[in-house]
Amino acid sequence: MTAELGHFALALALGLALLQAVLPLYGAARGRQALMDLARHTALGQFILAAIAFGALTRAYVFSDFSVSAVAQNSHSLKPLLYRLTGVWGNHEGSLLLWILILTLFGAMVAVFGSGLRKTLQVRVLAVQAMIGSGFLAFTLLTSNPFARVWPPPLDGAGLNPLLQDPGLAFHPPLLYFGYVGLSVAFSFAVAALIEGRVDRAWARWVRPWTLAAWAGLTAGIALGSWWAYYELGWGGFWFWDPVENASFMPWLAATALLHSAIAAERRQALRSWTVLLAILAFSLSLLGAFLVRSGVLTSVHAFATDPERGVFILLLLGIATGGAFALYAWRAPALGAGVPFRPVSREGALVLNNLVLVTACATVLLGTLYPLFLDALDAGKVSVGPPYFAATFVPLVAPALVAMAVGPMLAWKRGDLAGALGRLWLAALGAALAAGAALAYGETMAALGLGAAAWIGLGALVEWAERLRLGRAPAGEVWRRARAIPRAAWGGGLAHLGVAVVVAGITASQCFQSELILAMKPGDSARIAGYTIRYDGTARVEGPNYRADRATLSVLRNGAPAAVLAPERRFYPVERQHTTEAAIRTTFLADLYAVIGEDDAQAGRTVRLYHNPLVPWIWIGAIVMALGALVSLSDRRLRLAAPRRRQQPAAS
Amino acid sequence: MRPKRRRLLLLVSALALLGGAAALALTALDNTMRFFHSPSEVAAGAVAPGREFRLGGLVEEGSLKRSGATVSFRVVDGVHSVTVRYTGLLPDLFREGQGIVAMGALDSGRTFRATQILAKHDETYMPPEAAEALRRAGKADGS
Repeated sequence: MTAELGHFALALALGLALLQAVLPLYGAARGRQALMDLARHTALGQFILAAIAFGALTRAYVFSDFSVSAVAQNSHSLKPLLYRLTGVWGNHEGSLLLWILILTLFGAMVAVFGSGLRKTLQVRVLAVQAMIGSGFLAFTLLTSNPFARVWPPPLDGAGLNPLLQDPGLAFHPPLLYFGYVGLSVAFSFAVAALIEGRVDRAWARWVRPWTLAAWAGLTAGIALGSWWAYYELGWGGFWFWDPVENASFMPWLAATALLHSAIAAERRQALRSWTVLLAILAFSLSLLGAFLVRSGVLTSVHAFATDPERGVFILLLLGIATGGAFALYAWRAPALGAGVPFRPVSREGALVLNNLVLVTACATVLLGTLYPLFLDALDAGKVSVGPPYFAATFVPLVAPALVAMAVGPMLAWKRGDLAGALGRLWLAALGAALAAGAALAYGETMAALGLGAAAWIGLGALVEWAERLRLGRAPAGEVWRRARAIPRAAWGGGLAHLGVAVVVAGITASQCFQSELILAMKPGDSARIAGYTIRYDGTARVEGPNYRADRATLSVLRNGAPAAVLAPERRFYPVERQHTTEAAIRTTFLADLYAVIGEDDAQAGRTVRLYHNPLVPWIWIGAIVMALGALVSLSDRRLRLAAPRRRQQPAAS
Repeated sequence: MRPKRRRLLLLVSALALLGGAAALALTALDNTMRFFHSPSEVAAGAVAPGREFRLGGLVEEGSLKRSGATVSFRVVDGVHSVTVRYTGLLPDLFREGQGIVAMGALDSGRTFRATQILAKHDETYMPPEAAEALRRAGKADGS
C-alpha cells in the first residue's frame, strides 16, 4: 500500500504545482490577495507531498519490498542498510524523486523565509518554481514512475551496481542535486524579475544567498564525485573531462560567474540585466546536464542505463524553460534600465573580467562536450573529444583570470588604482616568484606557472585580509575591532579564493609530478617508486558482507624500514556478478601513495599499478575550503534572509 | 559620451576574448578530436599507422593472452578483427565476448596499441560505440 500512497502523493503534488503555476500569477497581475496567498500554502503542500512520496519509496527500499519494480531492479536483501538507503537515489527513477524533493524543499523555503520580499515578487517566484516542478513531476509520473509494481514479485532484487556501493558516492547525488536544483531558485527569481520588469538592490540581495547555497552544494558535490572517481575507479586520476563530469562543471562555472555579478548588482546597481541572464543560463545548464546524463546521447564512463524516450522529454523541458526564459529576457530586459557607469579599472571591471572569462571557459567546455553530438547528427563521423582539447582551451583561458583574482578584491568600486593594488600585493608577488622558481629548479615550466599562480592567489587573499585589518600597522585592539567589523561576506570571499589557490596547487603538482608504475609481481618481488620500496607479500581471500575479495598485501618501505602496508582489493559481488577494484591509498596530505591490483596469472604474476600523487589531497581540501567560504558568506547579516524586514521595523516605530 | 565609449570598450574587449577563445577552441578541436572506427574499417585501411583513434567492438572469445603486465586480445565486429595490445589494468567488467572501446593507434605491424580501455560498467550498459561497430558490420545485436 505504501507504494500506492507515494504514487498518489506525487500525483497530488503535480495538481498543486499546476495550480501554483497559474493562479498566483493571475492574482499578482490583478492584485487579488487571496490568489496570491495561495502560493505559500501550495508550496508547503507540495513539499509535504514530495516528502511523503520519498518516504514511501525509502520504506520500500529499507524493507526490501521487491514488488516495487525500482526496488527489485536496484536493491537486494543482503545489501547493508546504508546502501539500501542510498540505493533510493542510485538509479534514474529514485534520483528524479530526490530531485523533486529538493526542488519542492527550495520552493517551501522561499515561501517560509521570503515573507520579507515584495509580495508580488515572492508570489511570482513561487509560480515559476511551480512551473519547473510541474515539468519534473509530469516527467516522473509519465515516463519514470518509481512506484510501478511488478507481478509476480521476484524472490530477491537484482542488486545495486557495486561501484555505487560506496560512502563517497552515496552522498554525492544529494549534494550535487542540492546545487543543481538550488540554481532553479535563482532562475525563478530572474524570470519573476523579468515579469515584474524590475531588478533592484533588494532583488540582488535575495538572489545571492540562494546562489551561494547552491554553489556550496555544487562545489562539495563535484569534489565528492571526483574523490570517488579517484579512489574507486582505480585510474589514479581525479578528473577525466568526461561528458557527465562536464555536465556538472558547466553549471558550476555559470554559478560562479553569477555569484560575482550579483555582488556588483547588489552593491553598485551595475551588471543587473547581465546577472538576470546568468541566473537563467546557470539553471539552463543544470537542465542540459540532466539531459546529457539521462538520455545516453554521449559516450561516458559514468553513463547509466538510459532510455531515449526520457531524453526527448527532458529536451522538451529544457527547450521550454530555456527558450521561454530567453524570449522573456529579450522582450523585457531593455525595461530593466542601464547600469551605473564605472571605469574599466575598478572592482566592477574586475568582476566583468571574471564573468567574461568564466562564461567563455564555460562555452568552450560546452563546445567540447556537444561537438561529438553535432558531428554525429550531421553524419560526419563518430568522434570523441578528450582531455587534450580541454587542456588546450580551458587552461589558457582561465590563466589570466587566476592572475586577476588576487588583484580584483584590492580595487575600489567605480574607480580603482591598479598600481596601488599591485604595490600592496608585493608579498604575494614575492611568494609567487619563489614558488615558480622552486618548480623551475625541477625543470617543470607548467608547474612553475601553476604553483606560481596558486601562491599569488593564496597570498593575495591573505594580504587582502591583512589590509582590511591594518595588520602590523594598527594596535592589536584596533585589529581585533576591525576583524569583528568586517562583513562575513568579505571573510567568505577571501576564504573561497584561498580554497581556489589550494585546488590550483593540488591540480598542478599532481599533473606535473605524478609517478606511475605498472608491473606484474610475484610474492616477494619489490618495486621502487618516488623513494619508496614496495614489496608484494601475496594475496589472501577475504569475505565481505555481500562480496568476496582478493586482498593483496604490499609493504611500503622507506630507507629499508617499514613505513606502511597497502591492501588494495579486487572484489567480486556475486549478486550483480561484477568485479570492482578497491584502491589502497596512503596519504600524508602532501602526497598519496596509491596502489591497485588486477588479475592474477599463474606465470606472469599479479598485475599491480602504483602511483605517487603529490598534493592530490589538496584538491579536495581546497574544495572544502571553497564551500566553507560560501557558507561563511551565507551567514553574513546583510544576506540573512529576513534581514531587510528586521531592519525596517525599528525605523518604522 | 564617455559612458558610451566605455561600453564600446567593454564590448570590444568581450568580443576579442570570445573571438580568441573561439579560434583557440576550434584549433584545439581539430588537433585533438579522435575519430571512431570499427575493425572492418581498420581492415579496409581507413586509418594510417600512428594516428590516434577509438576502436570499438567485441572482445573475441579465447583471444586474451597475458605476458607480464601486458595483455593482448582481438576486437571483432563479426566480419574483421584487430589485435590489441595494452599495458595496464583492464576495466573490472572487461570480459571475453563483451563490448569495449579502446583508445590508441596502430603500429607499423598493424597492431592496435591501446592507451585506454573502456568496458561497459554495469550489466545493462553497452558502450554506444561498441554497439555502433556491430551495427556497421551488419550485426544488429551481438551482446
